Amino acid sequence: MIAIHPPEATKLVPSNAPEHCPGTESEQAGKADACAGCPNQEICATAPKGPDPAITHVTTRMSSVRRKILVLSGKGGVGKSTFTAQLGWALSADPDVQAGIMDIDICGPSMPTMLGIQRETVHASGAGWSPISVTDNLCAISVGCMLASPADAVMWRGPRKNGLVAQFLKDVDWGALDYLLVDTPPGTSDEHLSVVNLLKEAGIDGAVLLTTPQEVALQDVRREIDFCRKVGVRMLGIVENMAGFVCPSCKGESVIFKPTTGGAERLAKETGIELLGRVPLDPRIGKCADYGENFLDEFPDSPASKAFVQIIDRIKQLVDEQ
Amino acid sequence: MSTTDTPVSRRLAGVKRILVVLAGKGGVGKSSVSAQLALCLHKAGKRVGVLDIDLTGPSVPRMLGLDGNGVHQSSMGWVPVYADGSTARLACMSVGFLLKRREDSVVWRGPKKNAMIRQFLSDVAWGQLDYLIIDTPPGTSDEHLSMMEHLAPVADRMSAIIVTTPQAVALADAAKCLSFTRAVSLPVLGLIENMSGYVCPCCGEVSNVFSTGGGQEMARREGLTFLGSLPVDTELVTLLDAAEGAQADVSVEDQQAEFPLLHRYERTASFKLFHQAIGTLLQAPEAQLGASSGP
Repeated sequence: MIAIHPPEATKLVPSNAPEHCPGTESEQAGKADACAGCPNQEICATAPKGPDPAITHVTTRMSSVRRKILVLSGKGGVGKSTFTAQLGWALSADPDVQAGIMDIDICGPSMPTMLGIQRETVHASGAGWSPISVTDNLCAISVGCMLASPADAVMWRGPRKNGLVAQFLKDVDWGALDYLLVDTPPGTSDEHLSVVNLLKEAGIDGAVLLTTPQEVALQDVRREIDFCRKVGVRMLGIVENMAGFVCPSCKGESVIFKPTTGGAERLAKETGIELLGRVPLDPRIGKCADYGENFLDEFPDSPASKAFVQIIDRIKQLVDEQ
Repeated sequence: MSTTDTPVSRRLAGVKRILVVLAGKGGVGKSSVSAQLALCLHKAGKRVGVLDIDLTGPSVPRMLGLDGNGVHQSSMGWVPVYADGSTARLACMSVGFLLKRREDSVVWRGPKKNAMIRQFLSDVAWGQLDYLIIDTPPGTSDEHLSMMEHLAPVADRMSAIIVTTPQAVALADAAKCLSFTRAVSLPVLGLIENMSGYVCPCCGEVSNVFSTGGGQEMARREGLTFLGSLPVDTELVTLLDAAEGAQADVSVEDQQAEFPLLHRYERTASFKLFHQAIGTLLQAPEAQLGASSGP
């Protein structure tokens, strides 16, 4: 049977490297036995060793940011961006709190639409790129606000995406922030590795994992948990989104995405990760996201709003008790 | 070696049509559309292959009830996993079959993903196929570019289906996806609007959970064929999610059917709609699809 070997999460290996390549960042790079005959041997042997110099810049920039929270999910379309937007709005409801949102989904940025800033563009100043203000104390940056036309496809391979993620982390002039929320693309690939690597020294306060109740989504979340464990990111907990649907006309509750394998509750139990809460599906959430409105302000009575508020309070509590 | 004779072109010589399922956004139903497409084409008597190039979040094995299967090597190459048992007309390949434990993560940067896709395209022994369906990950990045690059010698047999939901966020990504197909000159067969409305099981009221009509509007504006809209079908969600979990309600008749999954799929409301949606695709002679058919 053919099987792939468990990957080493943070080792950088060029595509044309021999089988036992020690990784370009290793002390052994260019000197190991496996390096003999590799076309990159000389570059590896002469290149400066040690961590990426960008990490130092990121750490300096992030020194004015108190809390850094990642929003992750292996699967797409489970509500990462919606949740990030709600979290941003809820945190900034306190006028003394400064919050920022960084959208590192480069090929499919949703933050501009959800925050209603799709017509804004990012400007550069002497201090770096200025993030776009959503409200007085909530700002955001996204590749969606840097394109000539919103329909433009960003057809970039990994290295270019990594370059932009690094720029977002070191060149954006956030000022002093209480919370920086990072909205990620689906999967466990370039963007995720880059953001985790570059924030290694600045420190990530925790990751929130989003899922929906079906097994296809849970499968991908299990992979994301595996990723977090491999790279050593603290998981704050799991949020189950789209759990149940309340019909607006008859108030009857039905289940659209059936938890065929026990849903997030069982996943949380199996993995020992806290289930932060369950958010029911409310068609008005999607509407608000499409119009860039604050759902919690528009419909505070919705069961979904109540669930959001509880989850957000718990997240605040978790990151502050450290 | 000329540009038209590569390991990929030799391997895919017996494949008549290649359909790429794209979306831009995640979670809009690419994999479920791929699975339904495969089942409908199987039903029409075609030989179908499904290749899942979503390397960090493979969903096709689960949807076709093939979780836990492994891939074996033969003298011909990698043997795909067959969803329909001995009939062997629905072949499937995914990175999910290569993982030792299903919760293992594939934490790969671009170059390794590129190598895996090349291997999938050049090493899998599909044999003769009428359709090869390629299920893609969200976005327009490494996987998509690698796929287009390696399939360049067979580009005349390729076309795309774009899946979206009616929300503005999904439509924005679908527009990016369309720009991608234009940039790489990939013909688009049509657009499918998924999750368009949900029928409340208690009162029958149709709720537009993810809004509605956006897909049709986009197809009109961009001059694309609108293949149809599919409502949220809880029956289908359950069927594709729990290929093994929902055994309890499987009747004896289902178990005796030649291909139980297809048998059960035919009874969902989605089947009729989907069958209609791709009717044009099934009826169109090969030539109309812009194809130079295989050998």
